[in-house]
Amino acid sequence: MSENDILVEVRDLKVHFPIKRGVLFDRVVGQVKAVDGVDLSIARGKTYGLVGESGCGKSTLGRALLQLTPPTAGEVSFDGVELTTLPSGKLRSMRRRMQMIFQDPMSSLDPRQNVESILTEGLQTHGIGTDRTDRRRIIGETLDAVGLPRWALSRYPHEFSGGQRQRIGIARALVLGPELIVADEPVSALDVSIQAQVVNLLDELQDNLGLTYLVIAHDLAVVRHISDTVGVMYLGALVEEAPSDRLYTEPLHPYTRALMSAVPVPDPDVEDRRERILLAGDLPSPANPPSGCRFHTRCPWAQPTRCADERPVLREIGSSRVACHFAEQIASGELRPHQVSAQIVRPEDEGDAPGVVSAPTEPGSYV
Amino acid sequence: MALLEVEDLSVTFARRGQRAVHAVDGVSFSVDAGEVVGLVGESGCGKSVTSLAIMGLLPKQPGLRVGGKAVFDGTDLLQLDDRSRRDIRGRDIAMIFQDPLSSLNPVIPIGLQVTEVLTRHRGMKGETAAKEAAALLDRVGIPDPKRRLKEYPHQLSGGMRQRALIAMAVACQPRLLIADEPTTALDVTIQAQILELLKELVRDSGTALLMITHDLGVVAGMCDTVNVLYGGRVVETARRRPLFRQPRHPYTVGLLGSVPRLDAGRGEKLNPIPGSVRDLLPWPEGCAFAPRCARRTDECVGEPPELVHAHDGRSYRCVNPEPVPGLVPAPREEESA
Repeated sequence: MSENDILVEVRDLKVHFPIKRGVLFDRVVGQVKAVDGVDLSIARGKTYGLVGESGCGKSTLGRALLQLTPPTAGEVSFDGVELTTLPSGKLRSMRRRMQMIFQDPMSSLDPRQNVESILTEGLQTHGIGTDRTDRRRIIGETLDAVGLPRWALSRYPHEFSGGQRQRIGIARALVLGPELIVADEPVSALDVSIQAQVVNLLDELQDNLGLTYLVIAHDLAVVRHISDTVGVMYLGALVEEAPSDRLYTEPLHPYTRALMSAVPVPDPDVEDRRERILLAGDLPSPANPPSGCRFHTRCPWAQPTRCADERPVLREIGSSRVACHFAEQIASGELRPHQVSAQIVRPEDEGDAPGVVSAPTEPGSYV
Repeated sequence: MALLEVEDLSVTFARRGQRAVHAVDGVSFSVDAGEVVGLVGESGCGKSVTSLAIMGLLPKQPGLRVGGKAVFDGTDLLQLDDRSRRDIRGRDIAMIFQDPLSSLNPVIPIGLQVTEVLTRHRGMKGETAAKEAAALLDRVGIPDPKRRLKEYPHQLSGGMRQRALIAMAVACQPRLLIADEPTTALDVTIQAQILELLKELVRDSGTALLMITHDLGVVAGMCDTVNVLYGGRVVETARRRPLFRQPRHPYTVGLLGSVPRLDAGRGEKLNPIPGSVRDLLPWPEGCAFAPRCARRTDECVGEPPELVHAHDGRSYRCVNPEPVPGLVPAPREEESA
């Protein structure tokens, strides 16, 4: 792949959120390392899928890529332009070229704006279209592209069903003619039959407009379906990145294997035959991640050497990139899985003591 | 004889000045002892209301009408007074809900919430109850159960909370367990743990399980018999394998065509059902699915379709069902790893 085929390039991106404590004076007591060193590149016209469980940092990564959440460190270059150091005015005009689709269209659309106003707002901000009629023409074409009727223009978001609302959300992103669309859980709030409509729509739009997607979702089946390349995240870092077919046939990282085996397949024959790799326990807190390989506390293949004290880096094996010290040995069957006992993970675990800092009843917590 | 026999169950919410909503419109199904039965459908199909009606948990409000029968072991649950219903609930029939945080009391320790069931139905007290509670938590796979008993729901993770709820539900070894979307709020690896736990409990104790879900994958792995609901009625009932191999009702076909499969190749197009669940024809005026149906004929509108009982024990509510050598491809044998 030649250099100019890459639209987005992310280098060692980090997003850390401070944990503050104290009633009057905030004191930083720790860091939630939501994204902790991610490298990835997205080829123009392709779809990059990002999967992981809740709290793995996939949404934060998507937002940091668009500079909606300022990254703590690292570089994001979009079509050769470095975004992290771009002055805000220039960044704003760059935003026309990279848009976002959100999970819940009800809360990401202003209930007091009608569809026409929602769609016109972006056009006005970016000065697209010469006059009102021109803008109306652009909006009309966008509505056709996402499969909404023209009469939708004068309606308000609450008058639509969930699937139609998501189409409005897509139209809002599309009307500016972006090159990159970051879709954060674009279908997870929708019913199965509607989900398929939206997935097909995203596919069609890509074919017709040559869009580049970053699709963030927890549903591995959906992500695999629409992506060319899939990155699997665990606790703020990529553990594996592979072409989407290969990810299913040859998962290399133990976490990917477990994730794959946990996704139910609507076919009784497959369900009865497949082997489940059940992970013990819950996702550790990103404020207090395990040392070494972050997955070693739950990994059925964890080894006494290296896993607990040396953080694996992504390295290439075939067409995949995987962050596991023993990927080859696991793939060849040389290492066998063993029993792992569950460790208690506290939802409010924030580094040192399992305190009650985040309890909502604590006075001062809403200061 | 079936353990639970639901017959022509209907739930109507009426409000003054508005059209009555038929949330459940004549649902019939049965659950045999030790069997896992699924109720599948999209939002608004009436699957949750069905379970709440069986349990007598629908809010008592004017305008609520519940009709039909839900016979559990010879007694019609819908005719019981509150007191005898409370005796059955928790002891013979227990329920698990979708969101464990909102079904647990946030200001009472887990231990007290588990022992409450034991005290109420098994007459246990003090030390014995606490011991039994710890044993229950241990059984559902909560590490260090004695300490967990003193903790509050917010101190546990989502998966642990769901385990605690399951512990409470199985405390009295109920004969029927109703699980309403038990894993929808959980991550997929945690979902796998919980499903495995439920399977184990059902296998070991012979408890019947009524599984309410929208996820066809979960159904494929768990259920013996599947009921597909649409618009408040059962549109197809079949054993698990025939249903997935050869769905007869166009809605079931559509649902299966809509789900992206993990084991499918990249680029295989999905076949969604057009329209949305809002495009509903009221059942008395014909088939509710007709406005979205690809196999619609003139017969579909006007008369509600009757339930057709096929020779192989399955039934469907359709006048123009998918022909038997189905359009659905046979399960992909070679791709399953």
